[in-house]
Amino acid sequence: MNPFSSGTRLRDMIRAIRSCKTAAEERAVVRKECAAIRAAISENDQDYSHRNLAKLMFIHMLGYPTHFGQMECLKLIASPGFPEKRIGYLGLMLLLDERQEVLMLVTNSIKQDLNHTNQYIAGLALCALGNICSAEMARDLAPEVERLLQFRDPNIRKKAALCSIRIIKKVPDLAENFVNPAAALLKEKHHGVLLTGVQLCTDLCKVSKEALEYFRKKCTDGLVKVLKDVVNSPYAPEYDVSGIADPFLHIRLLRLLCVLGQGAADASDTMNDILAQVATKTESNKNAGNAILYECVATIMSIEDNGGLRVLAVNILGKFLSSRDNNIRYVALNMLMKAIALDSQAVQRHRTTLLECVKDSDASIRKRALDLVYLLVNESNVKSLTKELIDYLEVCESEFKGDLTAKICPIVEKFSPEKIWYIDQMLKVLSVAGNYVKDEVWHALIVVITNASNLHGYTVRSLYRAVQTAGEQETLVRVAVWCIGEYGEMLVNNAGMLDGEDPITVTESEAVDVVEIAISRHLDLPTRAMCLIALLKLSSRFSSCSQRISNIVLHYKGSLVLELQQRAIEFNSIIEKHHNIRSVLVERMPALDEATYSSRRAGSVPAAVSTSQGAPLNLPNGVAKHTSSPLVDLLDLTSDDVTAPSSSGGDFLQDLLGVDPSLDLSQPGTNQTQKSSNDVLLDLLSIGTPPAQSSSSMPDLLSPSQDNKNSLDVLDTLTSPSAPSAQASSPVGSSMMDLLDGFGASSSVPVVENNGPTLPSIVAFESSSLRVTFNFSKQPENPQTALIEAQFINRSPDIYSNFTFQAAVPKFLQLHLDPASSDTLSASGNGSITQKLRVTNSLHGKKSLVMRIRISYKMNDKDILEEGQINNFPRDL
Amino acid sequence: MGIRFVLMVNKQGQTRLAQYYEYLTLEERRALEGEIVRKCLARNEQQCSFVEHRNYKIVYRRYASLFFLVGVDNEENELAILEFIHLLVETMDRHFGNVCELDIMFHLEKAHFMLEEMVMNGCIVETSKSNILSPIQLMEKAS
Repeated sequence: MNPFSSGTRLRDMIRAIRSCKTAAEERAVVRKECAAIRAAISENDQDYSHRNLAKLMFIHMLGYPTHFGQMECLKLIASPGFPEKRIGYLGLMLLLDERQEVLMLVTNSIKQDLNHTNQYIAGLALCALGNICSAEMARDLAPEVERLLQFRDPNIRKKAALCSIRIIKKVPDLAENFVNPAAALLKEKHHGVLLTGVQLCTDLCKVSKEALEYFRKKCTDGLVKVLKDVVNSPYAPEYDVSGIADPFLHIRLLRLLCVLGQGAADASDTMNDILAQVATKTESNKNAGNAILYECVATIMSIEDNGGLRVLAVNILGKFLSSRDNNIRYVALNMLMKAIALDSQAVQRHRTTLLECVKDSDASIRKRALDLVYLLVNESNVKSLTKELIDYLEVCESEFKGDLTAKICPIVEKFSPEKIWYIDQMLKVLSVAGNYVKDEVWHALIVVITNASNLHGYTVRSLYRAVQTAGEQETLVRVAVWCIGEYGEMLVNNAGMLDGEDPITVTESEAVDVVEIAISRHLDLPTRAMCLIALLKLSSRFSSCSQRISNIVLHYKGSLVLELQQRAIEFNSIIEKHHNIRSVLVERMPALDEATYSSRRAGSVPAAVSTSQGAPLNLPNGVAKHTSSPLVDLLDLTSDDVTAPSSSGGDFLQDLLGVDPSLDLSQPGTNQTQKSSNDVLLDLLSIGTPPAQSSSSMPDLLSPSQDNKNSLDVLDTLTSPSAPSAQASSPVGSSMMDLLDGFGASSSVPVVENNGPTLPSIVAFESSSLRVTFNFSKQPENPQTALIEAQFINRSPDIYSNFTFQAAVPKFLQLHLDPASSDTLSASGNGSITQKLRVTNSLHGKKSLVMRIRISYKMNDKDILEEGQINNFPRDL
Repeated sequence: MGIRFVLMVNKQGQTRLAQYYEYLTLEERRALEGEIVRKCLARNEQQCSFVEHRNYKIVYRRYASLFFLVGVDNEENELAILEFIHLLVETMDRHFGNVCELDIMFHLEKAHFMLEEMVMNGCIVETSKSNILSPIQLMEKAS
C-alpha cells in the first residue's frame, strides 16, 4: 500500500513521522499527508474519513495548520453513525474554537443531537457545546440545556450542568433561569452530578448577586449537611482516593461554602462546626488530605471572623511550613500571604522559618518567601531583616539578584530609621549587586545624599573605599563618581568626620585616579558622561590637578560618541578659556527637593538622568524634570540660593532659548542664569569671533520666519544681514509697527514719531567707566509699546571692544532688541554705540517698566562685566 | 476558569497530547509549550511541582518518560490538581493496561475521549473511574 495514500492507518503515519531525523523531513511527510487528506476530502471519500480526522488531529497537535479539515468535522458530526459522530465532535473541539464562523453551521446539528434519544449522543453534544460555544449559540440552545438539567440520566445531568456554566458565563442575563434547577441539583446523590452542581452554583454566585443571596438563604444548611455526609461517609471504592472519599467533592463544597460565607456572618456561623471537623479530622499524611486541609484553611481565612477557627488555620499552616515536602511548603507560603492581611502577628512568629525559605534551593519557594518577607517588614524588624537579606544577596544566584534587590531597596527606603543607616545599606547593596539595581533607586540615593549635608564627608569617603573593592558595579561607580565630583575637597581634607570613623588620607591625584579608571573601564555612555562632568567639577576644586584633568578631557575630544565628544569639547573650553566663570559654574549643588522628586518619580519621569545632569548646553527637549533645578543652579552665576525648581522642563526650555526673555523678577537668580547660559552659548557658537551683536536671545535657532508675515521676513533679512534679529513674541497686531521697525533698524537714526508724547530720557546706568542713556518715544496708536534708544558712552581712557548689551524684563513686559550699531566703543566719550529696544507693557498704566541690564566688554585684554537694574523709567511707559 | 490546558510532553520536549480550554492561536500555543516545557524539564526531583508562569500556575508531575502539565488559574487549589493528574493517569492505566507513552500516541483519540469525560470547559466533571470509562468501553464494543 502506498504509505501516503489516504488509506494510511494512523499508526503508520505516526511511525513515519517518528522516523524522520530532521525537522525538514518531518515537514515533508506532514505536507504529503495533508495533501492526501485534502484530496480525500474533496473526493468526498466516506470510508476513511474517520482515520483522516484522527490524522489531522495528530498533525494539529504537532503545530501545523489544519483549517481544511473543519468542514470535514461538520460532515462527520452530521453522519448517523456513533464513531463518526464521536470523532467529528472531537475534531470540532480540537480544531475549531469559538471565534470561527464555521461554528454557526454546527448549531443545528448540535440542536438535533441534544434532542436525540441516545444519551451518549446527547452527552457528546453537551460536551461540545460546553467547550466551545459562543454567545449566540448559547442563547439559541439555552432552553435545551435547561431541559436536560432534569433528564433522567445522571450523566446527562452532570454534563448539562457544566454546559450551563459556560452559557451563563457567555450570556449572564440567562443566569436567572438556571438558579432553581441548580438548587435542585444540590440534593443529588450521584457524586458526579453533585460535583458539577456545586460548580454551577459557585459560578452562578460569581455571576449574579441575586443568585448569591438566594443560595445563601436557602442552601447553606443543605450544603453543610452534604459536606457532613461526605466527610463521614464510609469507604466507597468508586470515589476513594488514598483513603479519603472523593476529595474533589470535598474541595468543591468547601469552595462554595467560602463564596457563600464571605461577608455574611450568619452563614459563616452555620459553617463553623463542619469546618472545625474537617480541619481536625482529616489525615494529613497523604496529598489528598493535605489538599482538603489547604482548601479548608482558605475558606476559614475568607469567611467572617471566628477567633478559634483562625487559630486552628494558622496552626495548620505552621505545620505545613515545617513539612519537608516542597509542595506543601509552597502552598503554605501562598496561604500566609492572605493571612498577613488578617492577622500579621501570627505570621510574624514564623519569621525565622520564612527567612530560611528565602534561601531555599527551590526557585518557586524563594520567590514566595521573598514576597512574604517584604510584607512582613515594619520599623522594629527592618534592621535585622535587611541584614539577613543583604547577606543572602552576596551568595545567591544571579537570576534571583534582580528580584532581591528590587525588594530590598524599597524596604530600605521606606523604613530606614536614620539617613546614615540608609546610606550604608544602599552602599552595601550597590557593592554587591549594583548591576541589577534599577535607575530610580540610585537616583533616590543621590537625592538623599544631597539632603544629608552633615554626612557628605562620610558618604564620599565610604564611596571611595567601596569603589576600590567593587569597581565593576556600574551603579556604584556612577554614584561614587558623582559624589567625588561634588564633594571632592571633603574627601581630600577629611572634612566632616563622624565619631568612630577611620580616617583615610586621599590625595587629589588619587581622587582623580578613581574617576580616570572609571571612565576608561566602563564603556557605557551614562557612566562616562558622568565621569566627564565630575572631572570638570574636580578641575575647579583641585587646582593642582587642573592640567592633568584637562589632558584626560582632551582625550575624549575625538570620541566617536556624539555626547562624549560634545561634552569633552565644551568642558575643555570652559577649563581653558573661561576661568572666571568656571568656579561658579561648578559650585556645590543644593539639596535636591525630596518631596518633589518622589512625586515626580511617581509620575513616571523619563529616565536619562545622566545626560541631563551634564552640561546645560546639550538641552534635549525632554529634560528630565527633576534635574531642572540643579540645571538652573549650575548656571547660577550669582550666589543666590535658588533652591526651588523654578519651572518645569518645558518652561525652562523656553527661557533658555530666549523665546520670551521675560522672566519673573522675583527670582533674580534665574534671570541671571538665562543671560549666562546664552552668554556661554554665544561664545561657543561664535567660535572665537566676537559675539553676535544682537541681543540676549538665541541667534540662530529661531529664524525670523516665526512671524507669519513673509514681507517682514524679507525685510528683516534685508535689513539685518549680519546679525539675525532677535525673535521675541512681537505683538501680532502691530504689523505696521514691525515693518517700520524693520526699516528703522537699518539706519541708526532713532525713529522718532512726531505725534507721540515726548518722554524724558533717563540715564539708565552709570558707572565710572560707562554711561548708558535711554531715549524714549511712543506711537500714539500703540500706547503699550515704547521705543527706546540706548546710547552707550565710554568714560574711561581705554577703548572697549566686544561690547555687548543684554537686558531682561519681568514677565508682564516684552522686550525686543535690535542689533547695536557697533561693538567697539572708543574712549572718553568720543563715540557712542546706539541700540534700539522695543518694550511692550501689558500692564501699561498699572506698573511701570523695570529692567536689568548686563554689559560686557573687553578693555586692555581683560573681560569686564557690568550689571545693573534700571528702576527710574518714566511712570507712564 | 479553573484549568486552562492539559499537556502531556515527553522528556525530549515533544507534545504528545494537548487540550486547551481557552483560545490561543497556533503560534501562541507553540511558544507557550516551548517555554513551559523548558522550565519544567529543567527542574529536579527535590523542587516543588508548581511553577508560576505569567498569570497562571503550572502543576506538573513526571510519570516515567512523560510529563503531565496542567495550567490553572491562580486561585485554584494546586494540591487538588496534583490529585487530578494522578487520577487521570490511573484511569488511563485501567483502560490501556500498563499505559505507556506509545499507547497514548497511537490511541490519541481515546486519550482525548477520556480527558473529555473528566474535564469539561476547565472544570472537573467526573472523578469516578468506572463512570469515566463506561462510555468508552461501550463505544469500543460497538465498533
